Amino acid sequence: MKAVILGGTSGMGREIARRLAERGDLLFLLGPRKKNLERSAADLVARHPDKVDVAFAPCDLLRPEGFSEALDAADAALGGFDTVIVTAALFATQEALEADVDLTQRLVTANFANTVLFCEHARKRLLARGGGRLCVFSSVAGDRGRKPVAIYGASKAGLSAYLEALDHKFHAHGLSVLCVKPGFVRTEMTAALQPPPFAGTPDRVATQVIRAMDRGKPLVYSPPVWAWVMRVIRWLPRFVMRRIGF
Amino acid sequence: MSATMTLEGWGRLAMPGREVVSCDLESLTAKAVLSRGLGRSYGDCSLPARPDDRVANSLMADRILGFDPGSGVLRAEAGLSLAQINRLFLPRGWFPPITPGTKFVTLGGMVASDVHGKNHHRQGCFGEHVRALRIRLGDGDIVECSPNVHPDLFYGSIGGMGLLGHILEVEFAMGPIPSPWIWMESSRMSSIEAFLDGLAEAALRWPMTMGWIDCLSRGSSLGRGILMAGRWASVEQTGGAAFKTAAERSLPFELPNFVLNRWTARAFNALYYWSHWRKRRERLVAPDPFFYPLDAILHWNRAYGPRGFTQYQCVLPRAAGPAAVREFLQRLVKLGSPSPLCVIKDCGPEGSGTLSFPLEGTSIAVDMAISPDIQGIVDRLNELVIAAGGRIYLTKDGFTRPDHFRAMEPRLPGFLQTKKKWDPSGRLRSAQSVRLFGDCP
Repeated sequence: MKAVILGGTSGMGREIARRLAERGDLLFLLGPRKKNLERSAADLVARHPDKVDVAFAPCDLLRPEGFSEALDAADAALGGFDTVIVTAALFATQEALEADVDLTQRLVTANFANTVLFCEHARKRLLARGGGRLCVFSSVAGDRGRKPVAIYGASKAGLSAYLEALDHKFHAHGLSVLCVKPGFVRTEMTAALQPPPFAGTPDRVATQVIRAMDRGKPLVYSPPVWAWVMRVIRWLPRFVMRRIGF
Repeated sequence: MSATMTLEGWGRLAMPGREVVSCDLESLTAKAVLSRGLGRSYGDCSLPARPDDRVANSLMADRILGFDPGSGVLRAEAGLSLAQINRLFLPRGWFPPITPGTKFVTLGGMVASDVHGKNHHRQGCFGEHVRALRIRLGDGDIVECSPNVHPDLFYGSIGGMGLLGHILEVEFAMGPIPSPWIWMESSRMSSIEAFLDGLAEAALRWPMTMGWIDCLSRGSSLGRGILMAGRWASVEQTGGAAFKTAAERSLPFELPNFVLNRWTARAFNALYYWSHWRKRRERLVAPDPFFYPLDAILHWNRAYGPRGFTQYQCVLPRAAGPAAVREFLQRLVKLGSPSPLCVIKDCGPEGSGTLSFPLEGTSIAVDMAISPDIQGIVDRLNELVIAAGGRIYLTKDGFTRPDHFRAMEPRLPGFLQTKKKWDPSGRLRSAQSVRLFGDCP
């Protein structure tokens, strides 16, 4: 596998990068801060010196004008990538978003519009060479409009719909699109929240996502129990959703 | 940014407090007054002095920043765990120079506690193998220190319980190993005198030694137990056996308080002692059961029940002689806190960390369930340790009185002077430093 990872410097992206490096896949890291990319690349090489040589380039979800250049750099370094993984996103609590219009604009733009733009760049390149894999982290928060994640969830709902349509449209052309819907996972993103009883870890999510990618699955909930939780949530009638806080 | 409402040490005594996490340790520690990692210290050294104190958890800062296969020097962020290091480097023929009795510790914690291991009589503490530290000071500045650059900060931070600054990065030298296996010899010891002789004799022949003591036996069998010694096995000794890691089990729930009592502990100890029915055995073992027997069961600290527990660890100087060790064990048996875990080790010379724990003599560690008598038990043991010229291990402590600590720690004023220099406004503190060092609450 020759994989580009946007967001591979932290959280679930970092764990996915480590696992891919361990099995000898070629990696190219994208992220907004050069120093952080350097340190993550050094980490991957020190862990598996005989297997990988990791390169990187700056790429910021809030600066879509840089997407093309970043993917050019990845293409050159990897000799044509066949996999693109996006774990980067912004997160903020509903209260914080309601209190700050600029934050809301940034979050919705990064998580929906700019992520879609990045995926468009990536999928065009992949399709031009006969297909490949596109693995993008959405969220269970996008499965239904819910009070505590009204804005963040909406940004992810749009992304999930886009990813599903990509799968419908380009599956026959050799593009394998995986939409990852993590439930609550203990990362920096969720550090401010009280973890529910079945909170996942980046480690377990990474294992599951790589397995789903290898098998060409279009959708994965992680931890898996969230598939059942969200099935119930989607069935709940509106009058119930109006009353509960979930 | 607040996460959990209470924090606890390994002994499971919870204190109100909040922990913040981030991959970016530099920004995370900017406003924190204390750092903590995997929370394996037993008492209150990783707990906040006040509920609103911000404690930085380093666990997500776990990147290796460089490894030189020529010299074995490894530099990493402070949250990298020993478990990760072992998983990555054992198969490549490298092992940390020092390992404590659990691999669920972070590099930052290993420095702050200046951990020691079974090879202390040969290799000293972890601090002896540290080359450089990157530290965030209480006032926000970040400095790099080493034996040559800011030596007072460097040596003060080794065993300094994170009170001089947040440890951000650690550079230390790993050691090459001939195989990922241990050649181990274990011997049954019938009394404390035999045990001390056995330890002294084994120290001459083996690079790693330690012993388990049945601390509930009395009279002539006081201090009986099993002495374990080992070295890295040569390739011939392994017979080419492939290395594999063992599966981990977890104690999924808390046991009720009554499960571990005087009788069950005594039965366990007798069973464990006599299961070593041969006087002496030699065999090939994997490093995990040799170094980390208790890590095989995650959350084993739940065995003590909701009451929680503490570990009392002290070192008695060689000059005090075997009589002091016997007296300590007698007092322990008399005060009578039932425990299946009592570990003995002969230590080599004192380390260079300003507050480093070990000194040449005998270290004894014993787990004790929390009971209304615990303060009295710790006080009585501390009085004996002071009289013998020994000291306690801060990483395990939760109950020592400040006057007792000062009596056993003549190095404390020197440490506090260094602290005053590097943390003049006294921002960094823990529940333990307030209890023992007189830091402002």
